[in-house]
Amino acid sequence: MKCDIIAAGVGGQGVLSVSAIIAASALRAGLFAVQSEVHGMSQRGGAVVAHLRISDQPIHSATVGLGKADLVISMEPLESLRYLEYLAPTGTIISSIEPVKNFDGYPELETLLTEVKRIPRAILIDATKLAREAGNAKAANIIMVGAASHLLPISQEHILAFIEETFRAKSEKLVEVNLKAFESGRLQVAAAETVGVGA
Amino acid sequence: MTEQATMTEPATRMLLGDEAVAFAAAHAGITAAYAYPGTPSTEIVECLYELEKKQGWPKASWCANEKTAYEAALGMSMAGKRALVAMKHVGLNVAADPFMNSAVVQPIGGLVVAVADDPGMHSSQNEQDSRYYADFARIPCLEPADPQEAYDMVRDAYDISEAFRIPVMVRLVTRLAHQRSGVTMGSIQRENDADVNPDRNDWVLLPSYAKKLWKRRLVEAPELKRWAEGSHYNTLTLNDEFRELGIITTGIAKHYFLEVAAELGLMPSHLHIGAYPMPEEKIRALASHCSEILVLEDGYPHVERALRGIIAPAVVIRGKMNGAIPEDGELSQDIVRRALGLPVGEGVRLGSMELPNRPPRLCEGCPHTDAYDALRMALQGSDHPLVMSDIGCYTLGALPPHNTGDSCVCMGASIGMAKGAADAGVHPSIAIIGDSTFLHSGVTPLMDAVADDANMVLLILDNQTTAMTGTQPTLLPSERIHELILGLGVKPEHCHKFEVHPRKVGELAELFRREIAHPGLSVVIAHRVCVEAARRNKK
Repeated sequence: MKCDIIAAGVGGQGVLSVSAIIAASALRAGLFAVQSEVHGMSQRGGAVVAHLRISDQPIHSATVGLGKADLVISMEPLESLRYLEYLAPTGTIISSIEPVKNFDGYPELETLLTEVKRIPRAILIDATKLAREAGNAKAANIIMVGAASHLLPISQEHILAFIEETFRAKSEKLVEVNLKAFESGRLQVAAAETVGVGA
Repeated sequence: MTEQATMTEPATRMLLGDEAVAFAAAHAGITAAYAYPGTPSTEIVECLYELEKKQGWPKASWCANEKTAYEAALGMSMAGKRALVAMKHVGLNVAADPFMNSAVVQPIGGLVVAVADDPGMHSSQNEQDSRYYADFARIPCLEPADPQEAYDMVRDAYDISEAFRIPVMVRLVTRLAHQRSGVTMGSIQRENDADVNPDRNDWVLLPSYAKKLWKRRLVEAPELKRWAEGSHYNTLTLNDEFRELGIITTGIAKHYFLEVAAELGLMPSHLHIGAYPMPEEKIRALASHCSEILVLEDGYPHVERALRGIIAPAVVIRGKMNGAIPEDGELSQDIVRRALGLPVGEGVRLGSMELPNRPPRLCEGCPHTDAYDALRMALQGSDHPLVMSDIGCYTLGALPPHNTGDSCVCMGASIGMAKGAADAGVHPSIAIIGDSTFLHSGVTPLMDAVADDANMVLLILDNQTTAMTGTQPTLLPSERIHELILGLGVKPEHCHKFEVHPRKVGELAELFRREIAHPGLSVVIAHRVCVEAARRNKK
């Protein structure tokens, strides 16, 4: 079993956290996980990407091979298209629809979303709205983890336990918000799957 | 979630390569670690800072630059204690003087220099390969393949350093420094006792002593070679059934090769090099076993270049020098696939849309943007201004919309280059430098400019932090930077500290115009705290 993931977005969106939460949960589940991150200059409002590989066997390369990613999780719709060369023909894109327009010449959102929907397995999520409903807009990345959880080789108990432990150190309120966010993201994809992916 | 590795399993923790280096050094009983921040090495000493805060040891220090960091580590070694000094590859250029000469003296406490190279230039101005420096200084170098090996090698590096009384380099690359995976850690060693009595003969590099010390290194070199030859980090696996191809990997290249090797059908003989000086006997053993060798290394063709002097001419060598592997950029499993003739995946194609780039940029509300607006206003109408910029967030000013900055070469170069341009008759000649970069390498070139009263304007963007690498503290507060500059002899009437504000852009532009018109050296310190640092200070 192996699961190759690309986590994408814009600096400051919590992309590395998406990847780190999944990686740590994989470790809890007794799996191997290797994550490759980009720090420094690229994080100043620029495109941010993390490669995450999970397997029940020891993992060699820390980066995903071209055309090998099972899953692209993107915090931003434009960024969801930046790593298509890594996406396997059978792979899935899960992207938040909220654009980050921090440069001139950002494409029309409609054009962008049409382009994402062209991918055979694409799921679009209004993560920011759902996070706000869960109690904190900053939990958008946990919404995305919840949405992706169906496609991860990790049972959700391990992810929930990790979220609980991580946020407990901060406050009970944050535990509650983030558990709710996870559930909300998870339900979204369950709904998307029943109406057909890409709808 | 914090950057620090808080997600733990009792035995195995998910650690960044940098964090693995930090924990290994702490567990090897270092007394202190010294560094100047620089991607991709910053997290080494950041991690040790967190450890010191939590448990009180070891001492973790940000220093003015890599040279001062290296010298502090060397002094600690002379006092018998173990020390770590960490830097990015170009930082070793700054520390090259103490580095080269520390290889002539006789370290006592283990001295390990962790250097993070940046193949692919994710966050750097070049992709120089630090293994050449280790070879140049004739010191051992360990090149880990993954975070676990980074941990193991750093621990071993301290023992090797003390056994051979020599500094040891641990060479990382970006993909290792910023790779997070499970690391199993060992027991904690107590720090060294400091009851040493260093021998002057071992430390005073007067020619009469230095000649003896250098000779001693050369006499002992074969021992070092024997150590590397026998090191378990250099592994040779021969396959008698397949003699057409042999593989040499170094560091993380091993994992790119092993990722795809199973698809080859027949497994080629394989030499992995993790410890230098180069294990020549093992290289010859591989060469005598196959007719062709493919060399896979992340960085320059360091091993590949040396091969011709080690093995028979009949063996074909493939790698970066014959184009089998691109000579620039970082290695990947797909590059290795191509070199081995294995299929490479294609991914999914974008439809009709053109995907715009999203380059990094200055933050919303960044004080540099106001200073740049003012400078552009002041330079309007100048025929041939040259604006020498430097290394930090403000380098991004060279990109639209600011388009400010005509050069960026190395830490502190802005000031020396502006002086040179002024000497050549360029007017206006402007230097732009951040406060942290100024303290790192800007003070000495400013002395040159003062001595000559060079006709230039130095703009110091003082945001009170080292912003680009994650808002580490600078060593001097703003007031003292001002005093320092006056102390160097800059005329007080041409040294201004200006509180930057969006509403005061016109006023700042006027100040620039006045100082550009002054036929001599002027300094303007544009001060306002970095937005990221302000956010962090509030927490």
